[in-house]
Amino acid sequence: MSEIPAELRYTKSHEWVRALPDGSLMVGITDHAQGALGDLVFVEVPEAGRQLSAGDACAVVESVKAASDIYAPLGGEVLAGNDSLATQPELVNQDPYGQGWILRLRPDADPDSALLMDAAAYGEFVAAGH
Amino acid sequence: MENAMQAREPVIFELSRPGRTAAAQQPPPAPAHDIPERYCRQRPPALPEVSELQAVRHFTRLSQQNFSIDTRFYPLGSCTMKYNPKVCNALAMLPGFLDRHPLAPAVTGQGLLTCLFELQEMLGAVTGMAGVSLTPMAGAQGEFAGVAMIRAYHRGRGDLQRNEIIVPDAAHGTNPATATMCGMKVRELASGPDGDVDLAALDAALSPATAGIMLTNPSTLGVFERNIVEVARRVHAAGGLLYYDGANLNAILGKVRPGDMGFDVIHVNLHKTFSTPHGGGGPGAGAVGVGERLLPYLPVPVVGRDGAGYRWLDERDLPQSIGRLSGFMGNTGILLRAWVYLRILGADGLRRVAEFSTLNANYLLARLIEAGFDPACPGRRASHEFSLTLRREAREFGVTAMDFAKRLLDYGYHAPTTYFPLLVPECLLIEPTETESREELDGFVEALSAIRREAGTDPELVRGAPHTLPVRRLDDVRAARQLDLAWRPASQ
Repeated sequence: MSEIPAELRYTKSHEWVRALPDGSLMVGITDHAQGALGDLVFVEVPEAGRQLSAGDACAVVESVKAASDIYAPLGGEVLAGNDSLATQPELVNQDPYGQGWILRLRPDADPDSALLMDAAAYGEFVAAGH
Repeated sequence: MENAMQAREPVIFELSRPGRTAAAQQPPPAPAHDIPERYCRQRPPALPEVSELQAVRHFTRLSQQNFSIDTRFYPLGSCTMKYNPKVCNALAMLPGFLDRHPLAPAVTGQGLLTCLFELQEMLGAVTGMAGVSLTPMAGAQGEFAGVAMIRAYHRGRGDLQRNEIIVPDAAHGTNPATATMCGMKVRELASGPDGDVDLAALDAALSPATAGIMLTNPSTLGVFERNIVEVARRVHAAGGLLYYDGANLNAILGKVRPGDMGFDVIHVNLHKTFSTPHGGGGPGAGAVGVGERLLPYLPVPVVGRDGAGYRWLDERDLPQSIGRLSGFMGNTGILLRAWVYLRILGADGLRRVAEFSTLNANYLLARLIEAGFDPACPGRRASHEFSLTLRREAREFGVTAMDFAKRLLDYGYHAPTTYFPLLVPECLLIEPTETESREELDGFVEALSAIRREAGTDPELVRGAPHTLPVRRLDDVRAARQLDLAWRPASQ
């Protein structure tokens, strides 16, 4: 069973979202997603300043099996991409909710307004075979 | 043979000894070129120094280690690795074709131009398209040409805001890449649980920004898109065009035509469906066909006919063309092989290709279900290929689709496509093609069943496969992370 931290929110495309004290959001991919992708060999993160709409493809994770887009869970401005991933894509596998974060975002809208799942709902979503 | 399969063949540089050479490689007595001295290299390049016999043995042994359709069953889903009749090769190698210079005048090449014109006509007839250009030199270039024509069409109408291409999640990975190369934004579309396009999701994706949609039908899940006519109606109503990826054309030859389904543009992988070399043995050919609306935009040159016979039409004849994709006329030698194949089979033969590729796929699927494997789309009939999900095997035995694929190599089979389409967990995508016998298909079922038993009794055996090949499981993660494409001796 993959790890699903209780304090995070989740998307149907397997991103996690963490609300930071300054009102910005941190985004990464879930433990389940990294497990399904397998060992990552390349991660492309967005540059700071880029404007995103909700649902925009904003990063790419590539494993030996597949390349997948990461979608912006909310619209907003990219504050930073995790540059460490350029040389250490394995951080996403080793620590998906910590050092393997992908981007930080200043959201346009209240995060609660987005249709994100809580940990229990995401756990059911994964168990249902998604 | 077994020894040849099992010994690791050294890199040819490892065979090199200073000063060793072959008579065929002696330098000429006087310079054979007039390149000014200052542009010539001062030191010889670091090429391997081996005898002629060493070179012959090295490459012969490598060719013996090659898994190919001429030696093994090669059920690589969505790639249509079928047998290429040798006669196609033999006839395309006739001296009259082989010795012709691409810039020789058309009047001396009416035979070749007749073949290429007929190939254009036959591909148009099979796909239901109004015009065909043979110039794209690979499937990817055909895709590029197709989306470039869609872009040119909208621009030609002053419809400049159309910059989105819709791509279903079961699509070929090249589709989003092509759309991006053509400056389009990609919108991904989820498939429904039975493998068809979700019409509600399609409606949500369509907008005044929609340039078109890229579809493979039958899809990469190996099922026929049952909503296709309705999909076409809705995309056209929204002002978009439909692009058909010809990857899976083999299943429908002579049965149903993309043009009749409502598609505006198609690329055809001649190296998949029309039996030209495929899989590293290329080069490929990705002919494009278009409906009436896109005719003016076809890439040049195309073969035309007038009172004087056949000639190449170029930018002067098609001023709105998206232009040229290569210096000459496409991979002409490959196009000739496809022409021979089509002339040999005829319309009836092509229908039999579709029927037997579909029959073989459904036979194999039924037998594998009987053997306990899970189909990705339960209840759906296979087209010419089908997906299995080995999720249960992965959970119960800790043995993945990749482990099954590697173990198949020990049994003498090329692995099916793995982990594709991406939406199927632990996926094997299997395409037997019409050219395999029932005995071959039965042998493949036996091998997969045996591996399943091994997964239960001795999972380490499967996880450690392959055991009988010159190289074992490669560290593909490290190879991708520390990319190193230049061989050098260990001592340097």
